[in-house]
Amino acid sequence: MTSRPQLIFLACLFLALLAVPFLGSRYLTELAVQVMIFSLLALSLNILVGHIGLVSFGHAAFFAIGGYATAFFLTRWQLPLAAAMPMAVLLAAAFALVIGVLCVRLKAIYFAMLTLAFSMLVWGIIIKWKPVTGGDDGFVGITLPGMLASPQSFYWFVLAVVGASTALMWLLSKSTMGQIFVAIRENETRASFLGVNVRQMQLIGFVLAALFAAIAGSLMAMYLRGMYPQSAFWTQSGHIVISVLLGGVHSFVGPILGASLLYLLEVTIHQYTQYWPLVMGLILLLVVLVLPEGLIELFRKLYARLGRK
Amino acid sequence: MFANPMILFIQVMNSLSLAMNLFIIAAGLTLIFGVLRIVNFAHGAFYMVGAYVALSILRVTGDSNLGFLLGVLGAGALMGAMAFVVERGLLSRLYDKEHMLQLLFTFALVLVIKDLVKMIWGSGQYSIGAPPFLRGAVNLGISPYPKYALFLCVMGPIIAVAIWFFMERTRWGRILRAAREDRVMLNALGTDVKLVYSGVFVTGAALAAMGGALAAPRSAVDPGMDSLVIIDAFIIVIIGGLGSLLGSFVGALILGFLTVMGSIYLKEWVIVASYVMMVVILLVRPWGLFGKADEERH
Repeated sequence: MTSRPQLIFLACLFLALLAVPFLGSRYLTELAVQVMIFSLLALSLNILVGHIGLVSFGHAAFFAIGGYATAFFLTRWQLPLAAAMPMAVLLAAAFALVIGVLCVRLKAIYFAMLTLAFSMLVWGIIIKWKPVTGGDDGFVGITLPGMLASPQSFYWFVLAVVGASTALMWLLSKSTMGQIFVAIRENETRASFLGVNVRQMQLIGFVLAALFAAIAGSLMAMYLRGMYPQSAFWTQSGHIVISVLLGGVHSFVGPILGASLLYLLEVTIHQYTQYWPLVMGLILLLVVLVLPEGLIELFRKLYARLGRK
Repeated sequence: MFANPMILFIQVMNSLSLAMNLFIIAAGLTLIFGVLRIVNFAHGAFYMVGAYVALSILRVTGDSNLGFLLGVLGAGALMGAMAFVVERGLLSRLYDKEHMLQLLFTFALVLVIKDLVKMIWGSGQYSIGAPPFLRGAVNLGISPYPKYALFLCVMGPIIAVAIWFFMERTRWGRILRAAREDRVMLNALGTDVKLVYSGVFVTGAALAAMGGALAAPRSAVDPGMDSLVIIDAFIIVIIGGLGSLLGSFVGALILGFLTVMGSIYLKEWVIVASYVMMVVILLVRPWGLFGKADEERH
């Protein structure tokens, strides 16, 4: 999709989010916080899936590392937020650098399998390293800095962080590097003939994706005041892939649509039935079989029709 | 441990019995990947369905040898039938699409099947007893050993040999091997490749379900039983090489021994060790111990 409608969409979305706290509903504010965090997570994976064309099935690992590290630094080491969060994100990026070097050597299914294996490794360590992570019970009781204690101020903090991250990712996608990513996705061999160091670019993409996932994880840990091992499990990685695919991989805003819709549906459907995964599975089947380009395709068609008139 | 031959013997037998149980599941996964080139995330869910179907059949027939046999075969048959419907109705539309869509399709099946199982059987935990003729222990000279675990040790190789015979010595097996090598050519030569694909998916699913039914007497039956088994099955087929039957047999032995023997030294950390092994194999030999290196790696 072309840039302009997407930028307009992002601007409108941002303005709408600015207004949310003034509606006076605590429920709505909390809902928006979660939607923003999941959108950021989906956007981060799309750097890999949509831009570079690598499908990771272990992206949740970095979300979990970001969350657990933030929890640990804030609570055990009593670090201020300004130190704890960047340190957690950098730690996740460092992990991603090591894991990424090894993963980008493989292609397609083997890449997916290796990322899956690494994320299960992270999950296994989280489950078993009880003194640090809390094991099965999760890391509970995170101390939040006083300035973020109220839902209002936490909302502004999340909006600022997610907004800045989104802006960075947007700029990245429009930069030369973003163009190179797409070139790799479209034709790896041709890109390397043009002098692109494909492995290196894939690694950079891998680390960047992990970095933004860790930011999302960090925010989630603070929002939940805890972090749980399930956040690194393979099913969680699957959910992130679903959000991205549901929205559409070949656009910037697609993953935001996907993640938001998925989360809002989950909240709504949970009020009626406990069988939300069933509904999500059916939605996914429908998308895979009927709308593989994602929801964004519907908007694209609509936009094209409006444009013609 | 090595000082006491009895304990060593029991641990070896436990490793074998776990390995053979895992092999039955992994065999179906590797069969499906070998021919259809699809990584089936739903394989664990098929396994779970097998255990639950066997549970229901045993409730009807009562606790008997015949009931157990019917339970295992019924699990395979019913799952096979469902797999046929899913493959013909839905999955077959995705064969010429991207890998990611196929992968997500099987992921969607996991979500749907898991909730359907919860709807039908509830979220509680059940257990299935071993059939009467396999209860108790048998004296193997060095030490007595539970009959049911011994039975699994025997079933694994029998199933392995049966699949091997089918693949290498029958006309149908030859067609399957041809489909694995070059599906377009096979189609051009007049074989109905669609039928072959259905057959493979159904067989793989039935194997998973029978594996689940056979595993039921040695573990709990609950709606979470699929989510780690599928990772174990992945580890096995990765060790052995995606698509290789012999590989998954050896892979199952390796994982079985690692899990049982490793837990003596590593205690609960053994689960981490199995993931480390998966990572190492993928890094050193992504095509696995028995896969082909020259194969296109996607």
